[in-house]
Amino acid sequence: MSIENTEIETDKDLRFGLNRRKYVYARERFIHGILLMCALVSVFTTIGIIVVLMLQAIEFFKVVSIIDFLTDTQWTPLFADKHFGILPLLSGTLLTSVIALLVSVPIGLVIAIYLSEYAAVPVRKSVKPFLEILAGIPTIVYGYFALITVTPLLQTIFPTISGFNALSPGIVMGIMILPLVTSLSEDALRSVPKSLREGGYALGASKLQVSLSIVFPSAFSGIIASVILAFSRAIGETMIVAIAAGQSTVLNANPLNPVSTMTAYIVQVSQGDTPYGTLAYNTIFAVAITLFLFTFFLNIISFRIRKRFLAVGGD
Amino acid sequence: MFKVETKNLNLHYGTTHALKGVTMGIKENNVVAMIGPSGCGKSTYLRLFNRMNDLIDNVKIEGEVLFNGKDIYNGNIRVEEIRKKIGMVFQKPNPFPKSIFENVAYGLRVNGVNNKKFIEESVERSLKNAALWDEVKDDLKKSALSISGGQQQRLCIARALAVEPSVILMDEPSSALDPISNAKIEELIYELKKKYTIIIVTHNMQQAARVSDRTAFFYLGELIEYNDTKEIFTNPKNERTQNYITGRFG
Repeated sequence: MSIENTEIETDKDLRFGLNRRKYVYARERFIHGILLMCALVSVFTTIGIIVVLMLQAIEFFKVVSIIDFLTDTQWTPLFADKHFGILPLLSGTLLTSVIALLVSVPIGLVIAIYLSEYAAVPVRKSVKPFLEILAGIPTIVYGYFALITVTPLLQTIFPTISGFNALSPGIVMGIMILPLVTSLSEDALRSVPKSLREGGYALGASKLQVSLSIVFPSAFSGIIASVILAFSRAIGETMIVAIAAGQSTVLNANPLNPVSTMTAYIVQVSQGDTPYGTLAYNTIFAVAITLFLFTFFLNIISFRIRKRFLAVGGD
Repeated sequence: MFKVETKNLNLHYGTTHALKGVTMGIKENNVVAMIGPSGCGKSTYLRLFNRMNDLIDNVKIEGEVLFNGKDIYNGNIRVEEIRKKIGMVFQKPNPFPKSIFENVAYGLRVNGVNNKKFIEESVERSLKNAALWDEVKDDLKKSALSISGGQQQRLCIARALAVEPSVILMDEPSSALDPISNAKIEELIYELKKKYTIIIVTHNMQQAARVSDRTAFFYLGELIEYNDTKEIFTNPKNERTQNYITGRFG
């Protein structure tokens, strides 16, 4: 086709298509605008939540110093002798969450390695939906499961355990986050290229050696990311601990005793008869912002680890 | 006696008949090149010798694969032992995400070697034999992923040498590399044939002509012609071989 011909066609196109083009252009702009608005909804929601939390928390910190908040070992805002130390709630949260990780990480990784490296396709296809059912159970059900089934069971092993304790909801939370650990870790393991496995087998390595010394380290960043995500999920979990962990705000590291987590405390206050706007009420915003910062930093750590291992991959 | 050989070997992937009655023997310290168009079964044939095809579902193998006269598909033989004695280098360099040192030491470690001094000596010897030692001797702790593609491929060769195989299988070892790295790999093959038996799959006719003693031409799962490399390239007996090496098809 000569250049002349091309010009003629362009002309034609302009003559017959100008209005249509304008219309297409306007439509594209319109769709683009709608999509942008949808994206902005999530951004503004996040910003809105942070602003509300901050404003209310500032009210709280006008009365209570941050130092007291972080170092006082008592949390008694609802009593006559008021103390505002976050540590008991923080320890309760960490205690239940760490128990949940101790349950879910070993089991989850073993399942993930089994599913990704060992299981035949039909087994994988039938086991995975069952795991996903675990993720779909409402947390209130888990809560009652902890209170009514797991705690009595634990009482036969540890006679000294309280009716409300950190261990039982911790274990149940571990079961709840198991699908998260398993599914994300399995994805990470499966994304390790087949050529690396073949390289290992070609040197006379067994399946177990290939799985543990090649595939697992290669997928490490993804696995860590899944563990941190699960941790952050456990820290934010509310219903299970609100039902089964108790409401004791005494600083305590014994999993057999009742504890209160940050989330359970927020439930307790916002459901109770604490009047709105009082100092006692504002404590929940201070707790909430602590919770928010916690999960926020966990996400940043997870992001950093992932980036570092992707970039280097050395030892 | 042949170092490795197959007798009337048939291989099926599901319903595909990938290798059809291949009988072929390879002598010790020979380099044998396998050529043929893509999908002709030459890689599949190569992977018979270290039982890499075991990793694929629905593979059915009939016939014999012999190593030093013994059938390696015999149930009494541990597949890990076979793979230790018959090493493999893959098409794309596939170093493990570990240090250079650990990559070479890996084969020893998984085979139960713990002696630190022995491992260090073996790593150095293997890297020297793979003509990589001078380039990496100060960076043994660095990640294997940080060196160039050509160096990675020589690292993979060093890794295979460390477990002291007697046969090395190479599946298009330089097809992903630049011409200079390619030349280095070919020089290396020339050196290695003094000690090892090498079977190399290649799409590069010049490479086959340069490095090999004998050449096998595969077509649609059949071994069409197998002869001294010189004969194959100057005086092919079969018309299809001639068409392939002169570039008329494939």
